[in-house]
Amino acid sequence: MTLYIVEALLWTLVAALALAAAVKGRILFRDGVREGAMDFLRLLPKVLIGVVGSGFIAAIMPPDIMARWLGPESGFLGVVIAVLGGAFTPGGPVVGFSIGAAAIKSGAGAPQVIAYITAWALYAVQRFFLWELPIMPRRLVWLRLIGSLPLPFIAAAGAMLLGRP
Amino acid sequence: MTTAEPTPPPLPPIIKRRKRKPFDWSTAGIGLVMTTAAAIVFFRDGRDRFLEILYTDLRLFGDVLLKVAAGCLIGAFLARLLPRELVAKWIGAESGFLGLLIATLLGAVLPGGPVTIYPIASAFLVVGADVGATIAFITSWTLLGYTRALVWEIPFFGLDFVIWRTLISLPLPIIAGLLARVVARMVAKNWGNT
Repeated sequence: MTLYIVEALLWTLVAALALAAAVKGRILFRDGVREGAMDFLRLLPKVLIGVVGSGFIAAIMPPDIMARWLGPESGFLGVVIAVLGGAFTPGGPVVGFSIGAAAIKSGAGAPQVIAYITAWALYAVQRFFLWELPIMPRRLVWLRLIGSLPLPFIAAAGAMLLGRP
Repeated sequence: MTTAEPTPPPLPPIIKRRKRKPFDWSTAGIGLVMTTAAAIVFFRDGRDRFLEILYTDLRLFGDVLLKVAAGCLIGAFLARLLPRELVAKWIGAESGFLGLLIATLLGAVLPGGPVTIYPIASAFLVVGADVGATIAFITSWTLLGYTRALVWEIPFFGLDFVIWRTLISLPLPIIAGLLARVVARMVAKNWGNT
C-alpha cells in the first residue's frame, strides 16, 4: 500500500516538472522526455542484475555467523566488522534491511546494526560500481565516498550514547 | 509568466556523459558474482528454493521499474528547469552552512529511493550547486529519506527503531558535506582544480 503512495508522489513530481517544461517550450519538454527515457533504458540491465541477484546473495549469507560477530559485546570491533559487512552487502533496497533485521533478532547489538545499515546505505560496493560511477561525475563520487567514511562510526557512537530505543 | 516568452531561456549545459556500453566491466563482474550465488543456491538448496527467490526478486524488479523511470525523468527535467541563479544562491559555492542545511532538507523531503538520487544529484551539480551541498543532499536522501523508511525499513525494523535511527542520523549529511568541502578544497589547492 505504502508502495503506491511513493509511486504516486514520484509521478506527481514528474507530471509537475513535465508540465513546467511544456509551458516553457516544446523542445525543452521533448528533450527532457527523450533524455529521461534514454537514461532509463541504459539503467535497465543494471537494475535487473542488481535486484534479481541480491536475493541470491542474501540467501547464501550465513546469518548465524553474522549475528555472533555483531553481538552487543563485540564493541568497537563489532562496529568495524559491521561497517565492512555493510560495505560489502549488495545494494538494492531489501538486502541490507533484511540482514540487519535478522541480525538484531538473533542478538546483534543495536549500535552495530545501526553502523551496518548506515555503512550499507552509504557505501555498498556494488551500488558504487553499478550506479554511482556510471551515472555521476567521478569527482562527485569520490568526494561523496570520502565525506561518508566516518559516518557509520559516528552513527554507532550516537547509538551508544542515546541507548536503545 | 514564462508563457509570454517567445523563446525558451538559455538551457543549462546538458550533462556530459561518456558514451558507455550497457555492460561495462563492473556490471559484468557483479553479474558473475550474482550468477555464482544463484548457482550455489540452485545446487545447495534445490530448484524450488531457487525459483522462489527468483520470483520474489523479479516481482521486486517490477515494483522498482516505475520508480527508476520516474527518477530518470525527474533528473532530466530538473537539469533543464532549475534556474541556475536560484541553485547557485541556495546551494551554490557561496551558500556556506545554510546551503548544507537546505540541501539536507531537500534530500529528506524529495520522494524516491536510492535508485533515483544519482541522476538528480548530477543535475544539481550541472546547474551550479556546490559539491558539499550536493553530497549533503545525497547523504540526506540515503539516510533520512522518508520514502525509503516507509517502504522498506519500517516493515523490517518497526517504527521505534526507525525513528531512533533517523534521530541519530540527523547531523550526518552536514558532516559529510563539510568533510567533502574540506577535501575538495585540499585537492584543488595541492593538485590544481580538476
